[in-house]
Amino acid sequence: MSEDAVNITVDGVPMKARKGEMIIRVTDANDVYVPRFCYHEKLPVAANCRMCLVEVEKAPKPLPACATPVMEGMVIRTKSAKAIAAQRSVMEFLLINHPLDCPICDQGGECELQDLAVGYGRDISRYHERKRVVKDKNLGPLVSTDMTRCIHCTRCVRFGQDVAGIPELGTTGRGEHNEIGTYIEASVNHELSGNIIDLCPVGALNSKPFRYRARSWEMTQQPLVSPHDGLGTNLYGHVRRGRLMRVVPRRNDAINETWISDRDRFSYEGVYSADRLQAPMLRDGDSWKSVDWQTALEAVAQGLQQAPKGGTGFLASASSTVEELTLLSRLARGIGSGNIDHRLRQTDFPAAVTPSLGMAVADVDALQALLVIGANLRHEIPLLASRVRKAAVRGAKVSFLNPERFEYLFPVAQYWVASPAQQLAALQVLVAAARGAAVGSEGVTAEHLQLVDSLKSNERKAIWLGALAQRHPAFGSLRGLAAELAALTGATLGVLAEGANAAGAHLAGAVPDAGALNAGQMLTTSLHSYVLLGVEPQADSLVASAAAAVAGARFVVALTPYASDELKAVATIMLPIGSFAETSGTYVSLEGRWQSFAGAAQPVGESRPAWKVLRVLGNLLGLQGFAQSASEEVLAEARALADGAAPQAVPQGGGVAAIAADAVVTDVPLYQIDALVRRAPALQATRDGMQAPQGAQGAA
Amino acid sequence: MTGSTSKIGLLTEHTRHEIDSWVARFPEGRQRSAVLSALRFTQEQNQGFLTPDLMEAVAEYLKLPAIQVFEVASFYSMFETHPCGRHHVSVCTNISCMLNGSDEVVAYVEKKLGIKTGESTPDGRIFLKREEECLASCTGAPMMMVDHHFHEHLTPEKIDGVLDALK
Ligand code: SF4
Ligand code: FES
Ligand code: FES
Repeated sequence: MSEDAVNITVDGVPMKARKGEMIIRVTDANDVYVPRFCYHEKLPVAANCRMCLVEVEKAPKPLPACATPVMEGMVIRTKSAKAIAAQRSVMEFLLINHPLDCPICDQGGECELQDLAVGYGRDISRYHERKRVVKDKNLGPLVSTDMTRCIHCTRCVRFGQDVAGIPELGTTGRGEHNEIGTYIEASVNHELSGNIIDLCPVGALNSKPFRYRARSWEMTQQPLVSPHDGLGTNLYGHVRRGRLMRVVPRRNDAINETWISDRDRFSYEGVYSADRLQAPMLRDGDSWKSVDWQTALEAVAQGLQQAPKGGTGFLASASSTVEELTLLSRLARGIGSGNIDHRLRQTDFPAAVTPSLGMAVADVDALQALLVIGANLRHEIPLLASRVRKAAVRGAKVSFLNPERFEYLFPVAQYWVASPAQQLAALQVLVAAARGAAVGSEGVTAEHLQLVDSLKSNERKAIWLGALAQRHPAFGSLRGLAAELAALTGATLGVLAEGANAAGAHLAGAVPDAGALNAGQMLTTSLHSYVLLGVEPQADSLVASAAAAVAGARFVVALTPYASDELKAVATIMLPIGSFAETSGTYVSLEGRWQSFAGAAQPVGESRPAWKVLRVLGNLLGLQGFAQSASEEVLAEARALADGAAPQAVPQGGGVAAIAADAVVTDVPLYQIDALVRRAPALQATRDGMQAPQGAQGAA
Repeated sequence: MTGSTSKIGLLTEHTRHEIDSWVARFPEGRQRSAVLSALRFTQEQNQGFLTPDLMEAVAEYLKLPAIQVFEVASFYSMFETHPCGRHHVSVCTNISCMLNGSDEVVAYVEKKLGIKTGESTPDGRIFLKREEECLASCTGAPMMMVDHHFHEHLTPEKIDGVLDALK
């Protein structure tokens, strides 16, 4: 470190810096502000806007702080007359062609150009020539364009090339004819595309669904956590008068850095879908009538009391909060039922082990070798896939053993397309190779050996089982083999379960007791009654007969934000509950991070946070453990329980179950995975959204 | 990214050979550096202008996204992305040439060819590209550039000679 350190002076203040570091990094770290447009900490340096010019002693001209490495003894002035004059001149140039349409621009109030124009701009322009006009591009249903406003910082271009891996955007033409666009006008299809909205410092790229909906200063900012996958992505909900208007990233370098996926960003539209359940409803023959909460809850208590012991099935969404799942599980056991599950798309149910990435999310970037088994990673956990991309671009050997070929925008070491049966066979061979079998024996080929070698010879390595592995007809065998291979090669094993809170669900007890029914069983044979928490049985499972099984019950309670057609057909009572943004709660991410959030938006209609509904139900049923007055109390109980639980390890080996040679696993389209995204019109209008829901799945 | 059918076949043997030789001059994996030369030979093979198909062919051949080829083609003034005549003529009208009568040169050329600057002759022979900025040949003002060759100290006779020789 010491020989790497250099001493510099910024505005008269001595500072230590790392040799070769860019000036702007040092000034940022020391809270010295240097204006910028094109520089972005998470993107490669382009140095094309020149807004960051600073004076450096002995340099004949001002230098760009974002692209000038520090050197021993450098004396930098960020606010000298020379620096300010340079910055002001750049601003004047930028404003020559920038339209004066701030009053009708969505970026107004949160525009970097507007902010800096206040600081560095003149109040009159010396240019009287006409401003240029640039034709708008159609980038698809998520990102709106007003390209006349573009200042050519190329952040959007660099994001596409270096982060997303889709070099579709580029700069064409020259000088005044310079434009940002795609080669042949095409929408930008990528699961992270919305990030260019945040990156664009001006109003050239904005959110299409949010267009003209609100002004930034009218909204308050509330922390949220993504309800779509187990990464634990940090979000801000922007709320105006109780209504969630949009969702943006909340920076957390340990998890999502400054990015969020498109479904994190645009699924909020689903919160206000037309089929939101406004009030509790009771079935009345073939029709439904609204009732007050008291009547509804009493009816639920009564109905559940009539069910025989063990005759009720509890199915919960894996994106329910810890608090909800804790109370649901307590309720289930309180009325004598161990039939509770959240693994709705799983088909084989080996011993339940809390899913875990097995490592810190931030360490994924530094992996050197990775074997991914059964995962459409870019769809399952988009931002994890983007970290894998970082590792792969740096040279990590990333291999896939997948039932289908999915597109990865990075170098892939080996990609094996294998049916479920072939996946098992391939893993067996890999295990044999890891045990030392040579090429030619036990089916080992040079490729097997190469893969095993990449795992063995590298220091930072992992093996992951994705959602498709968990839907595998012999998930237990697959998991056992993967665990064995991990142990033999020294790789960390990661089990990437679906849902935002799969880990929390395990810890909160939302898995069946020994001998009780799992989700697969509950959805294939009808029970006396069901309690559904945020679940649409058909759309959320892969069991063809799921709706029929639930419909066959005598009594079905649905705690749901939505009065979907599917639920209307099977439920007896529907209780309106708050969506992820309308309740306080906690998610446990796949790296074991507990993240709590408060309710950001006002619940729609008469809906209530589900944990409160369950608490009242517990009391009505006369059960113990439902006296909490705040969700924090429920959380504390859940936490104590989780901390007291013995650590679990994924069992190794355990034999290989025989499965049909033609068995298949089903991939669920990106924007069909949960009730919220299924109801977000903008996401549904994307290329991924237009992929028809799979066979048995009926989106509401 | 690009269409399903390969367009590489649109590049002639000769063009591909030239591109290969340029790619070889850069380090492995830096074939993007060869875009400029690749486009030059491709434009040449197509009588003076690039088409979307040809640009995609170059992108495919160099294993680059099409936009990266289009960026270069649209940036440099020596590339034409719309149909035009095969010989590119531009008269310099910057200060030295202007002082030495470039306005008359432009007028003469336009009259002789019967087209305005920016247009091509109907027979596709000559493209009167643009009024060029200083080409650093002020000592020979007035001057014009024809297919990257400079012609200086222009007089009507000289212009006739140069333009009439173009096939
Ligand atoms: S569109 Fe926005 S992000 Fe892209 S270059 Fe223009 S100003 Fe920068
Ligand atoms: S921020 Fe340094 S040149 Fe743009
Ligand atoms: S002005 Fe014409 S060559 Fe310099």
